[in-house]
Amino acid sequence: MKQITDFTIVSRKQLGDHYFALTLRHPDQLPPIAAGQFVEVEVQGNRDVMLRRPISIHDVDPTANTLTLLIQIVGKGTRQLAQLQEGDRLNLIYPLGHGFAVEGQHPLLVGGGAGIAPLLHLAKCYHAKGIRPTILLGGRTKDLIPVREAFEPYGELLIATEDGSLGEKGMVTQHPQFSAAYDHICTCGPTPMMKAVGRYAVERGIGCEVSLENMMACGIGACLCCVTDTDEGHKCVCKEGPVFDALRLKKWMGLE
Amino acid sequence: MAKLETKIHNITLKNPVMTASGTFGYGEEFADFIDLSRLGGIIVKGTTGERRQGNPYPRMAETPMGMLNAVGLQNVGVATFCKEVYPRIKDIKTNILVNVSGSSIEEYCSVAEQIDELENIPGIELNISCPNVKKGGMGFGTKPDMAAQVVEAVRKVYHKTLIVKLTPNVTSVVEIAKAVEGAGADSVSLINTLLGMAIDVERQRPYLSTITGGLSGPCVKPVAVRMVWQVAHAVQIPVVGLGGIASAADALEFLMAGAKAIQVGTANFMDPTVTVKIVEGLEDYCQRHKIEDINDIIGII
Ligand SMILES: Cc1cc2nc3c(=O)[nH]c(=O)nc-3n(C[C@H](O)[C@H](O)[C@H](O)COP(=O)(O)OP(=O)(O)OC[C@H]3O[C@@H](n4cnc5c(N)ncnc54)[C@H](O)[C@@H]3O)c2cc1C
Ligand SMILES: Cc1cc2nc3c(=O)[nH]c(=O)nc-3n(C[C@H](O)[C@H](O)[C@H](O)COP(=O)(O)O)c2cc1C
Ligand code: FES
Repeated sequence: MKQITDFTIVSRKQLGDHYFALTLRHPDQLPPIAAGQFVEVEVQGNRDVMLRRPISIHDVDPTANTLTLLIQIVGKGTRQLAQLQEGDRLNLIYPLGHGFAVEGQHPLLVGGGAGIAPLLHLAKCYHAKGIRPTILLGGRTKDLIPVREAFEPYGELLIATEDGSLGEKGMVTQHPQFSAAYDHICTCGPTPMMKAVGRYAVERGIGCEVSLENMMACGIGACLCCVTDTDEGHKCVCKEGPVFDALRLKKWMGLE
Repeated sequence: MAKLETKIHNITLKNPVMTASGTFGYGEEFADFIDLSRLGGIIVKGTTGERRQGNPYPRMAETPMGMLNAVGLQNVGVATFCKEVYPRIKDIKTNILVNVSGSSIEEYCSVAEQIDELENIPGIELNISCPNVKKGGMGFGTKPDMAAQVVEAVRKVYHKTLIVKLTPNVTSVVEIAKAVEGAGADSVSLINTLLGMAIDVERQRPYLSTITGGLSGPCVKPVAVRMVWQVAHAVQIPVVGLGGIASAADALEFLMAGAKAIQVGTANFMDPTVTVKIVEGLEDYCQRHKIEDINDIIGII
C-alpha cells in the first residue's frame, strides 16, 4: 500500500561536494520496503520545481523507523533539497515501484554515481538471507563514490575509478573481478554502464536485474510519461520498474 | 452543510470535482491515497480503437509552473478496456466517464458505440484535439465544420451524455463550442493542453522526442479561465472547466466563470490527495460565505 507522509529529518550528512544523505523518521510505523523501491519527494521553496523528484531508498532502519536517501546534486530540485536541515519536514509518496528479487547465491551488485543508492538496502537484504554479495562501485574519481564503508559489513567491496584515484583504474566492466563467476547481477547507475553490464549478463545467460532512472511526473503509474522500451512494448518505469529483468530490455540494450 | 451537487446533462455529480483524462490513470492508481467515492467523477485515460504505444521517451518536461507532455494516447485499446479494465472499476462509487479518442470519424464512432454498451459508464468525453488525424493532419477540434462532423456522427451511435473536449489551440474557441453544440453535444469541457515547446540548451536539443508537446499545470490557468468564461456566455449547454486547477480557490474561479463542474489534472502529480482537499475547500468556502447551494455562485461573473 502506497502512502503519503510527512517525515522528519533526523540527520543530514554532506558527502563531498556533490552528494548528501538525509535520514528521515516516519511518525508511526514504516511499512515493509523492498530493495530498489523509491520515494517521490516534494520539493518546497523553489517556484520552478513543481513536480516531485524520484529518489531511491538507500537504507531502511525498521527499529528506528527511519529511511535514508542518498542524493546527488544535479539541478534545481536536488540543489533545493540540499538546503534542508535536521528537524525540517519532508513529504514523501512511498514505497513506489517494483524492487529487486534478491536472487542468486553468488550475486554481483554493480553501481555507478547516484545509482549506488539502492544497492545498500539491497546488500543488506542479501546479508539477511545469509548471502554475501560482491559489491562493485564505480565513478570517474573517488569523490564521486560517496558511500563506501557502509557497504563493508554486508559484502565484498570493490572499487573502480576512471582516473585510478581509488581501487582499480578504469570502468566497472574492466575490473578484473567483474568477470568472476556470479550467478546473478544487479545494476543501477549511468545508462551506458547499465547497458554494458546488462549485455554482458544476457550474452552469458547470467540472471540480471537493471534499475532504470527515467524522468517521472507522477511516480504511481497514472501519467505514462516514464516509459521504457521493453520486449512487450512501452512499460512504466515507476510501476513495472524501476527494476527490470534484463531479458525484457534487450531492445533497450541494443541486443535486438 | 452546503449543497455541492451539480448536474451535467443527465449526470448528477455529488460535487463539481472530477479528474482530468490522462492524469488519473483508471482511478485505481489513487485508491491508496484517497477515497475515490468522494469525487464528483473520474475521466479515465484516452481510449482508442486499437492498443497504442504512444510516442518515444522522453515525453515529459517540467517547465515553470507547468509541464509539457507528449504521451501520444498510449492506451490498451477499447476492447481490452471493456473486457479487463471496466470490470475492475465499474463499482467505484462515482461517475466514471471514458475519454474517447481517435484518428478518424469511424474510429471515434466505433469506440463510442462499444462504450455505450457499458452500463456503469454514464457518459463519454470526446477528445477532438488529437493532432494525428487522417484528414490533412489537422485536428478535428481546430475547424468548426470538422468538429461538427465528428460530433454529429458520434451523436448518432452514442445515446448517453456526450461531452466534447475542446482544444485551446484555436483562434476562436467560441466558434468551435457553438459548432459542437449545434451538432448535438450535451456539454463541452475545456481546456486540453496548449501546444508548447522547450529546449535543453546544454545538450542543444528539444526536451521532447516529438519536439512539441502539450502544456498543462498552473501556468495555463488564466488562459483556461478566460476561455471557459467566453464559452459559458456563448452556449446553452453546461461547460466543464479545467486547466491548472490545484486548489479550491482555483476551482472557484472556473465555477464563477461559468463552469458547472471542474477537472483536476497535473495537480494530482504534485499531491495525489489534492482532489479531496478541493472538495473540502469548497465546503469550507460555502460555509464562510454562507452559500447554501454551490450552483448559486456558478456563472456569477
Ligand atoms: C526511480 C529513480 C530513482 C532515483 N534515485 C536516485 C537517488 O537515489 N539519488 C539521486 O541522487 N538521484 C536519483 N534519481 C535521479 C533523480 O531523480 C534526478 O537526479 C532528479 O530528479 C534531478 O532533479 P533536479 O531538479 O535536481 O534536476 P533538474 O534541474 O530537473 O535537471 C538537471 C539535469 O538532470 C537531468 N535529469 C533530471 N532528472 C533526471 C533523471 N531522472 N534521469 C536522468 N537525468 C535527469 C535533466 O535533464 C537535466 O539535464 C532517481 C531517479 C529515478 C527515476
Ligand atoms: C500526462 C498527460 C496526459 C494527458 N492525456 C490526455 C488524454 O488522453 N486525453 C485528453 O483529453 N486529455 C489528456 N490530457 C490533458 C488533460 O486532461 C487536461 O486537459 C490538461 O492537462 C489541462 O489540465 P491541467 O492543467 O489541470 O493538467 C493529458 C495531460 C497530461 C499532463
Ligand atoms: S511517472 Fe507517471 S506513469 Fe510513471
